[in-house]
Amino acid sequence: MGKKLAITGNQALAEAMRQINPDVCAAYPITPSTEIMQRFASFVSDGVVDTELVTVESEHSAMSACIGASAAGGRVMTATSSQGLALMWEMLHIASGMRLPIAMTLVNRALSAPINIHGDHSDGMGSRDCGWIQLYSENAQEAYDNIFQAVRIAEHEDIRLPAMVCMDGFIISHSIESMEFLPDEVIRDFIGEFKPKYPLLDVDKPVTYGPLVLPDFYIEFKRAQHEAINKAKKVTLEVAREFEKISGRSYGLFEPYRLDDAEIAIVLLNSAAGTAKDVVDDFRNKGIRVGLLKPRLFRPFPYEEIAEALGDAKVICVFDRADSFGGFGPMYMEIASAMMAAGSSPLMVNKIYGLGGRDFMPEDAEAVIKEMTGILDTGKTGTLKEYIGVRE
Amino acid sequence: MSTPLRLKELSKKEDLLTGGHRMCAGCGAPIAIRQVLLAADVPLVAANATGCLEVSTTIYPYTAWKIPWIHSAFENAAATISGVEAMYKALKKKGKIDRKIKFIAFGGDGGTYDIGLQSLSGAMERGHDMVYICYDNGAYMNTGIQRSSATPFGANTTTCPAGRVIHGKPQKRKNLTRIMAAHDIPYVAQTTPAHWRDLMTKVRKALEVDGPAFINILAPCNRGWRTPTNNAIELCRIAADTCFWPLYEYENGKLTVNYKPKEKKPVTDFLKTQGRFKHLFSPDSKDLLKQAQENTDHEWDKLLREAACWAEETGTTEEGK
Ligand SMILES: Cc1ncc(C[n+]2csc(CCOP(=O)(O)OP(=O)(O)O)c2C)c(N)n1
Ligand code: SF4
Ligand SMILES: [Mg+2]
Repeated sequence: MGKKLAITGNQALAEAMRQINPDVCAAYPITPSTEIMQRFASFVSDGVVDTELVTVESEHSAMSACIGASAAGGRVMTATSSQGLALMWEMLHIASGMRLPIAMTLVNRALSAPINIHGDHSDGMGSRDCGWIQLYSENAQEAYDNIFQAVRIAEHEDIRLPAMVCMDGFIISHSIESMEFLPDEVIRDFIGEFKPKYPLLDVDKPVTYGPLVLPDFYIEFKRAQHEAINKAKKVTLEVAREFEKISGRSYGLFEPYRLDDAEIAIVLLNSAAGTAKDVVDDFRNKGIRVGLLKPRLFRPFPYEEIAEALGDAKVICVFDRADSFGGFGPMYMEIASAMMAAGSSPLMVNKIYGLGGRDFMPEDAEAVIKEMTGILDTGKTGTLKEYIGVRE
Repeated sequence: MSTPLRLKELSKKEDLLTGGHRMCAGCGAPIAIRQVLLAADVPLVAANATGCLEVSTTIYPYTAWKIPWIHSAFENAAATISGVEAMYKALKKKGKIDRKIKFIAFGGDGGTYDIGLQSLSGAMERGHDMVYICYDNGAYMNTGIQRSSATPFGANTTTCPAGRVIHGKPQKRKNLTRIMAAHDIPYVAQTTPAHWRDLMTKVRKALEVDGPAFINILAPCNRGWRTPTNNAIELCRIAADTCFWPLYEYENGKLTVNYKPKEKKPVTDFLKTQGRFKHLFSPDSKDLLKQAQENTDHEWDKLLREAACWAEETGTTEEGK
C-alpha cells in the first residue's frame, strides 16, 4: 500500500501529476490553483517528469495549446480556477467537440465581480454545459484519487472526452490533511500508455481537425457527443472498481451517507459535505431520520441512480455553492429533474451557501436540518430558494 | 535536397491545398498558401485561424488539405500550433516519433493583427519551432468586410463606411511585421504572391530556422477590395511598386529590403485600382490622398533608414538587392 503524508490539496494534485507524467502541460497561474503548476514546474526543471511544459500567456492559450497537443496525439493536462476557466470557456467546448481526452484540475473559486479568490462552485457550474466530464472531490484524498480515474475515463475508447476534477479552493487546496499516496508504479500501471487516435503527428495519414460543419451534419456531431458522455457513467463505475483494487478506497457516481430510510435528505457537494456528515450523525443520534447525498460525477449527471438513492426522502434540501441568478441553483435543478423524471414528488428546497468562500459551519447544517424537520411535520416548504449564512 | 525554385520543377510537386475548395474565384489567399506549401520540402502540420481560408477549405465532409490540419478558433492559431509542436517535442524525447516535422500556422489579418495578437506574441516569445503565416487581405472578409487594424487608411469597409462625415478608415495600418521583428525572433519577412520566388525563398528560410518565424503575405480579396477577379497578382505587384507593401526580411534581427522599385510609383496607382478607395478620388478628398501618400512615404523611409544602418554596421552595401 501507499504511504501516508500530511499534505495540502494542491500538493496532492501536483504529486498526482508527477505520477501521471503527462506528455504536455500548458497552464497559466491563478489563485488558488497556481501552486499545482508551480510545483509541477519544479518537477519539470528537476527532470523528475519528462513533460513539455508550455508556459502560455493566458488561459485561453493554455486550453488552445492543450487542444493542439492532444490532437497531436499524447496525454495532456492543465490546471486552473475561476477567471482562468471563464477565459477558457470558448475552448472548453472545442476540446470536447473535438473529442480530446484532456484532464484538468479545477480548484473551485468564485467568479468576479466582485473579485474574490476563495472557494465556491460558480466556475465549475458555469462550465457545466461545455461537454466536459466533471468529478467533484470532498477532500485532497478524493481529488488525488479522482484525477487518475479522470484520466482513465477521459481516454476510454468509448468516450474520448475531456474531464475535470474539482476541489474546493483554499478549504481543500491550501489546508493540510493526512492522506495516502499510491506508489508510482501502481499509478503507472493503472493509467497505462496513452493510445492516440487520429493523431495530427501522423503525417502519412493527414487528418483535418475542426472543419466547418453546416446544418446537414452538425447535429449528428452533437448527438455523438451526447452518446459518448452518457457512457461515462458506466465507465466511471468500472474504473472505480479497478481503482478500489489498487487503493482499497471505493467510489461510486455519488456518495450516499446514512440515506437508507432517510425521510430528510440533504444534497451537498465537495468539502461542505464533510462538515455536514457530522451533523447528520448528531441528528441520527437523536432519532431523526436524515441522510446526505454527495454527488461525485456531475457530468454526465446520474439522474436515475440519484433519484433511486433519494427515493424514500419526503423532504430534500439541495445546497448550492453557486447561483444561477434568476433561477434555482444548478444542483437543485438537477436533483429536481431527477426526482421529477422518476415520478417522485418530495418537498424540495434550495439553499445557496458559502459563496466567495464564506465558511459553511456545522451550525449552518444544523439550522437547515432543523428547518427541514419542520417542513416534514407541516408538509409546507415556505421560500423555495434562499441564501443562508448572510449578514443581514 | 530541396526542390529547385523553378516553375518546371515546382509544377511537378503535389498540391497540398487542392482545388475544389470554395474560396472565391480570383482570391489571393489560396494562391499565397499554395506557394507556401510548394516551398516546403519537409512534412508540415498546420493550424488555421477562423476566417475565409479556414471556412472555405474544410466544409464537412470535404477537406482541401493534404497535410494534417487543425482549426480550433479565431484568436489562437499560434497557441494551438504551439501545443502541437510541444507534443512533437515530448514524443520525440520519448523516442515515440523520429520524423522531422515542421509546424505552420495560417491566420488572416483579423486573426493575426487583432484578436490573435496576444496568442501570436506569446508563442513567438516562447520560441516554438513554428512558422506563422499571416495572409493579409486588409479586413475581416469572412464576416463581410469589416475593418481590422490592417485595413489601410481611407478604405471603405462595412464598419468604417465612406460617409458624408467620415471618409472610410480614419486610422492608418498597424505595422505588424515590425512588431513581430521587435520580438527578436530568428526570422521575420513580408512578401506577396506576385513575387513568388521571393515568397518561396522566405518560406524556406523560415522553415530552416530552429525557432519561431513570421511571414506577412499580402493577399488581395476581390470582394473586399472591389476589384475584378483576374488581377490579384497584378495588384500585389503594384502594392510593391508603390511601396505600399514593401518586401523585406529580418534575419536574426538584421533588416534587408528585398525589393526597391527603380521608380517608386505614387500610392494613388495602388489606390485607384480598387473600389474600396473610390471615394478618395472625389475632388474634395485631395487631403486624404495626400495623407495616404505621406503614410506610405513615412513607413518606406523608416524602413530604408533602418536598412541603411544595418548595411553600414555590417559593411555591406544594400544596393542591388
Ligand atoms: C471569438 C470570435 N469572434 C468573432 C468571430 C467571427 N469571425 C469569424 S472570421 C472573422 C474575421 C476573419 O478575418 P481575417 O482574420 O482577416 O480573415 P479573412 O476572413 O479576412 O480571411 C470574424 C470576425 C469568431 N469566429 N470568433
Ligand atoms: S471574400 Fe475575399 S478573402 Fe474571402 S474568399 Fe472571397 S476573395 Fe478570398
Ligand atoms: Mg482578412
